[in-house]
Amino acid sequence: MARSDVQLMLDVKAGDEQSFALLLHRYRSPLVNFLYRMVRNREQAEDLAQEVFLRVYRAREEYVPSAKFTTWLFRIATNLALNSLRDNRYQRMEISLDAPVTVDAEDGEEKLLDVAEKHPNIEQHLVEDARRKLIRHAIDKLPEKQRAAVLLHKYQELDYGEISKILNCSESALKSLLFRAYETLRVELAPLVAQQGKVG
Amino acid sequence: MSCSKMEGKILGFVDWRLKEGERLEMEKHLSTCAACQLRVNQFRAVNSLLDELPMIEPSPAFDIRVHARVAAEPVKQSWWAWFTPSPRVALLASMLLLGAVWVGYEATPPMPFGDPKEADLQMMQDMPVLEDHDVISSFEPLKDLPQPVQADEADQTNQTM
Ligand SMILES: [Zn+2]
Repeated sequence: MARSDVQLMLDVKAGDEQSFALLLHRYRSPLVNFLYRMVRNREQAEDLAQEVFLRVYRAREEYVPSAKFTTWLFRIATNLALNSLRDNRYQRMEISLDAPVTVDAEDGEEKLLDVAEKHPNIEQHLVEDARRKLIRHAIDKLPEKQRAAVLLHKYQELDYGEISKILNCSESALKSLLFRAYETLRVELAPLVAQQGKVG
Repeated sequence: MSCSKMEGKILGFVDWRLKEGERLEMEKHLSTCAACQLRVNQFRAVNSLLDELPMIEPSPAFDIRVHARVAAEPVKQSWWAWFTPSPRVALLASMLLLGAVWVGYEATPPMPFGDPKEADLQMMQDMPVLEDHDVISSFEPLKDLPQPVQADEADQTNQTM
């Protein structure tokens, strides 16, 4: 049976480097994806994810399994992401969030050149691509804390208790944060939401 | 039950996070409130739109970089290293000894009103060897002495990282 996160971390604490490699393997993708959606830059997301693992490693000797491992891990990740966004704010202000959504290929996605070969129905692909860009754009426009709440809730599937510890707020504050975020997304994505309603 | 009270639970209802009682209460409200029912449908639509975002794959060098950064961390000396003879231990011991001797000669403490506690305190404050922070703080093995850590405190430290 697979060892729990807490057991792996206790083994790391006892000096077992292999357990650290297992934790790395287990959480590299969720962390990189969470950070990528937070900071919108792949290279920076990977740097930050490495920093998270380094901090976990540094803290191994003081580790006490009183909270869920994921709460601790994503709390470090969220704090690093929020700090990084704050540091980049002036830089980011130059890139207007209201710039029109373009259909050029971004990192992490297929390049359009490859697409023509893989997708005989390129029109269909372009439609899907434009949809994804709209969705990403809507998430990007959320205030940082709301964005973190949505990402942790939707993609990491953490429970309210965990997310509120990560974001250092009460559960009721978190629920209102999420409600406001979904309200914004509902409005931002109105055309797609209406389509979805017809399909569903 | 009013709509404003329901609002906070709509998302929980949409992704099945409500307790049984709350869910039944919500279903009852939805059967009579078109506005909340519409909101539920829209939140469901948003939820499934969010599912459309693809995951990215960490670059192949990711693990290697993490392992390299971990390997570059300074190796902590064990508690037992305290007992192995080292030049730093010898240096600190001789500094302390010299300091003690110097204090013995030079700093004969004034005892104005015969309060020995106050005199001791005065002597401690005057003791020049304590001002030599450099020697004390750079004495690595002392950092490794096990410190009693309260579970809650340690958790706090972890959490706030
Ligand atoms: Zn209602």
